[in-house]
Amino acid sequence: MAEAALKQTPTDAMIASLQMPQGGWSEAARKDALSRVKTMGLPQRRDEYWKYTRPDTLVQVLPAPAALRKSDETPLFDQIDRLKIVFVDGVFDAAASDDLSLEGITIERLAEAGSDLHWARDIYGVLETRGQTPVARPLAALNTAFADDGVLIHVTGTPSKPVNIIYRRMSETADAMLHHCIKLDAGAEMTLLENGPVAARHNGVLEVEIADKAAFHHVRAQGRDHEQRAATHIFTRLGTESTFKSFTLTANGMMTRNDCIIELTGDDAAAHVAGACVGDGADFHHDDTVFITHDAVNCESRQVFKKVLRNGATGVFQGKILVKAGAQKTDGYQISQSLLLDEDSQFLAKPELEIYADDVACSHGSTSGAIDEDALFYLRSRGVPHGAATDLLTLAFLAEAVMEVEDENLREDITGRLGSWLERHAS
Amino acid sequence: MLSIKGLKVKLEDEDKQILKGVDLEIESGTVHAIMGPNGSGKSTLSYVLSGKDGYEVTGGSAALEDVDLLEMDPEERAAAGLFLAFQYPVEIPGVGNMTFLRTAVNAQRKTRGEEEMSAAEFLKVVRARAKDLQIDAEMLKRPVNVGFSGGEKKRNEILQMAMLEPKMCILDETDSGLDVDAMKLVADGVNALRSEGRSFLVITHYQRLLDHIKPDFVHIMADGRIIKTGGPELALEVENNGYADILAEVA
Repeated sequence: MAEAALKQTPTDAMIASLQMPQGGWSEAARKDALSRVKTMGLPQRRDEYWKYTRPDTLVQVLPAPAALRKSDETPLFDQIDRLKIVFVDGVFDAAASDDLSLEGITIERLAEAGSDLHWARDIYGVLETRGQTPVARPLAALNTAFADDGVLIHVTGTPSKPVNIIYRRMSETADAMLHHCIKLDAGAEMTLLENGPVAARHNGVLEVEIADKAAFHHVRAQGRDHEQRAATHIFTRLGTESTFKSFTLTANGMMTRNDCIIELTGDDAAAHVAGACVGDGADFHHDDTVFITHDAVNCESRQVFKKVLRNGATGVFQGKILVKAGAQKTDGYQISQSLLLDEDSQFLAKPELEIYADDVACSHGSTSGAIDEDALFYLRSRGVPHGAATDLLTLAFLAEAVMEVEDENLREDITGRLGSWLERHAS
Repeated sequence: MLSIKGLKVKLEDEDKQILKGVDLEIESGTVHAIMGPNGSGKSTLSYVLSGKDGYEVTGGSAALEDVDLLEMDPEERAAAGLFLAFQYPVEIPGVGNMTFLRTAVNAQRKTRGEEEMSAAEFLKVVRARAKDLQIDAEMLKRPVNVGFSGGEKKRNEILQMAMLEPKMCILDETDSGLDVDAMKLVADGVNALRSEGRSFLVITHYQRLLDHIKPDFVHIMADGRIIKTGGPELALEVENNGYADILAEVA
């Protein structure tokens, strides 16, 4: 009793500080989510999946102010023909966004979708709820209850270009909660790009329902503000022969927790989730938490996470593959690696496999290491200076994760970003 | 070109003296070979000259065209014109061979205050040089030395040498792990680079490589010193009689 009472306090304070949008088709889902948050309570340190990442700054009522970072760099994905949707401090910016019409796709805003018979009713909070067992994810439920806005994308065909949600940050104190829903009809295909810092603190949820033979590609860069904090959740469910591929680039940020919850429910589906992260300084904390459930035959899942950590930075990886009884011919792969550039930095990894089928192949590996001294000397002996040689080897280490991005132009963009980050953070 | 005087070197972490006073003068445009039994200090000499960590110079000097080598970082030695063809070329996953070559060429040019080579010019030169060494486009695209056969790795070393155009080339047991055809290919590559302004120091166990790369001088190294110097006939003597006679003679 005493423990429950203790746990309710920050949760109640948070709930009291937020306002739930009223009416519309999402109201029932929001009310349901609110009652679930109350039951679960917001995360705390003693929760199993928050052992390595302190949730304090994510659950306190007001976000800590985060200084703005100025940059004269060309924004990411700038050379790519795409449909732009812009949010500033979590608020939709119509003037900066493109016209939201594109063939093969319908885009609406969560805040504007009012009708009672909206397709998103079958996704909003639904995939999130499914993703709450066996591990509770209270920040995602909090988001479902209180999200201010987001985009609802219904993909019926194959749009000619990617949709790019661009986040900009103008305020040092904004606290944003965005919730996106994407529904891909059978055989449909889309690429979603996300880039930029959302807010001083961001709680983000992305729910993606992928029907049979549909394909969803996702490339995300979380912005380079040093002081921002973010907790994001991706929930996805895959139908027969469908594909989900998501890549996240994380550079800087005081606290970034990315959860990805994947459910393979149709046979012959493939889900790949990957991340490259570069962190500099004791303030940097980054956590990738992945939960993949195989609940169909002959599905493939793949997790590739690489982190470069220096000057006391911390990286966390918690990755689980659950193979349910009957999910035969499962092919599961998981690798998490860190390159620790000094003795002050740390990488904490928790790989988990739970398998109830007998004809499966699952492999996992995790490593932490320093720069390869032999390779470094080899490069230097060819005239490449120490710093440049270290950068080259660091990029090479990250390359395996970046290679998970299929599109060559996007890959080059990401690699360029990592290169300029390394230049700015020259040792 | 290269002037080594009384060079003494010990291991940094252990109290073990490896080089006990090496003297060697290499004139511009000449090819010198160093032979010697295992553990005589041949490879250590090549590492110390190129600046590898783990060694401590306890005496003597080494200069490239009157510039003190031992005070410089490895990359500075490279830019000054020193090149070491590794006995065991290092695999670098994730770095494309082409990127590696271009980075190295331009880094050296930058250090010397020269203009960088344009992408087009570089491509033209690298293709021509690679063709001579029978290195195909696929090998240029692959990560540095990853999955290369022994022969491919050694040819790749010579390609780097050809691209970097060093003044002083050290070949550390470049013949190890090569079959006869591969050795000939590598030797042809080296011979094509022989010129007035370029010198070679060829470290080898076997005389066979010296049939292909004909040295002007042959040195025998034993127990951290050069104990005998002669012409190409000295290598033949080693091939026929082993080191025992020479060691006995000096002792």
